[in-house]
Amino acid sequence: MEMIEHALRENPLVAAFAFVGIIMWMSVHLSRRLTFGRVHGSAIAIVIGLGLAYWGGIQTGGSKGLADLKIFAGIGLMGGAMMRDFAIVATAFEVHVDEAKKAGLVGVMALLLGTLIPFIVGASVAWSMGYTDAVAMTTIGAGAVTYIVGPVTGAAIGASSDLMALSIATGLIKAIMVMVFTPALARFMGLNNPRSAMVFGGLAGTVSGVSAGLAATDRRLVPYGALVATFHTGLGCLLGPSVLFLATKAIVG
Amino acid sequence: MIIYGTAILAACHLLGVFIGDLLGSLIGVKANVGGVGIAMMLLIAVRVYLHKRGLMPETTEAGVGFWAAMYIPVVVAMAAQQNVVAALKGGPVALISALGAVILCACVIALINRTGPKNQDSTWEVGTVAEKP
Repeated sequence: MEMIEHALRENPLVAAFAFVGIIMWMSVHLSRRLTFGRVHGSAIAIVIGLGLAYWGGIQTGGSKGLADLKIFAGIGLMGGAMMRDFAIVATAFEVHVDEAKKAGLVGVMALLLGTLIPFIVGASVAWSMGYTDAVAMTTIGAGAVTYIVGPVTGAAIGASSDLMALSIATGLIKAIMVMVFTPALARFMGLNNPRSAMVFGGLAGTVSGVSAGLAATDRRLVPYGALVATFHTGLGCLLGPSVLFLATKAIVG
Repeated sequence: MIIYGTAILAACHLLGVFIGDLLGSLIGVKANVGGVGIAMMLLIAVRVYLHKRGLMPETTEAGVGFWAAMYIPVVVAMAAQQNVVAALKGGPVALISALGAVILCACVIALINRTGPKNQDSTWEVGTVAEKP
């Protein structure tokens, strides 16, 4: 047993490949046997991943889910920002240029709406629950855009660390909800072509939520959604501490 | 050689992230502005250019295709390292804000997609390295 653990610890990335492979295999079989293919195997795998992340967090008290357990450290490497972005860029190989061009303008519109709508919702909820000053409202509103925009905005306008934690939590819950609910809502949202995927990428925000949500819906839509979603965080960090903060301040004083 | 494809992919990735950082510092934002998106556009441009000149043999394509196919497993690993505990501890403000934002955005997505052009052609469905389920 100790020797197995040693082998896993010495080869973290390889161990992660094997482990994720097992999760994928289980998920595909669960999808086929239990849901007769109605729930996508990737969707089940992502939910299993999130469940394991919760378990890991409870076990270690750390912030990186399963990756905080020593024998699963490779998960952190495999699912980290570097590998995630590398794999996302690779999916661009499958993009049909004409389809992407057709939806260019609507993608930009979706991006702007995708920043404004979550911000307004987040700031209003914050206000209604007693966070009535402009800094708190802006920080929580920005967190509802993405979990990176939240702390970046909060840091820029001088929010306290518990506000930042709250705003990160808001963004994380949003990302997880997008991951889990996208396959279920795909039909309602009309998510079945590149244009709709780009609209989704702009409005749903967060690369992690969008990419996992689309992966669980239809693998071929991933590059279109990701292409737009990747501008989401940048735009949010641009608008959050400037226009949106000033507007909030002007309204609540 | 297969490494050519992976090297092209890596070069596009790095250049894209670099331009994204540059863009961020130019407009005074403490974040990378669309680095991955720029990298994707670079890769698309390189692919189109090399294809036209016939410099893209199948093995080179496989060097990119492998990573594109690894995408879902990477996303599963990403899900497994999210801070789910912290997210759930955020309390009602975080939960209600997130839920409200997701519901409203889903409705707006549905609205835009239902009013969009109906006659989509289906050429996009044939991916170059798309996985067969």
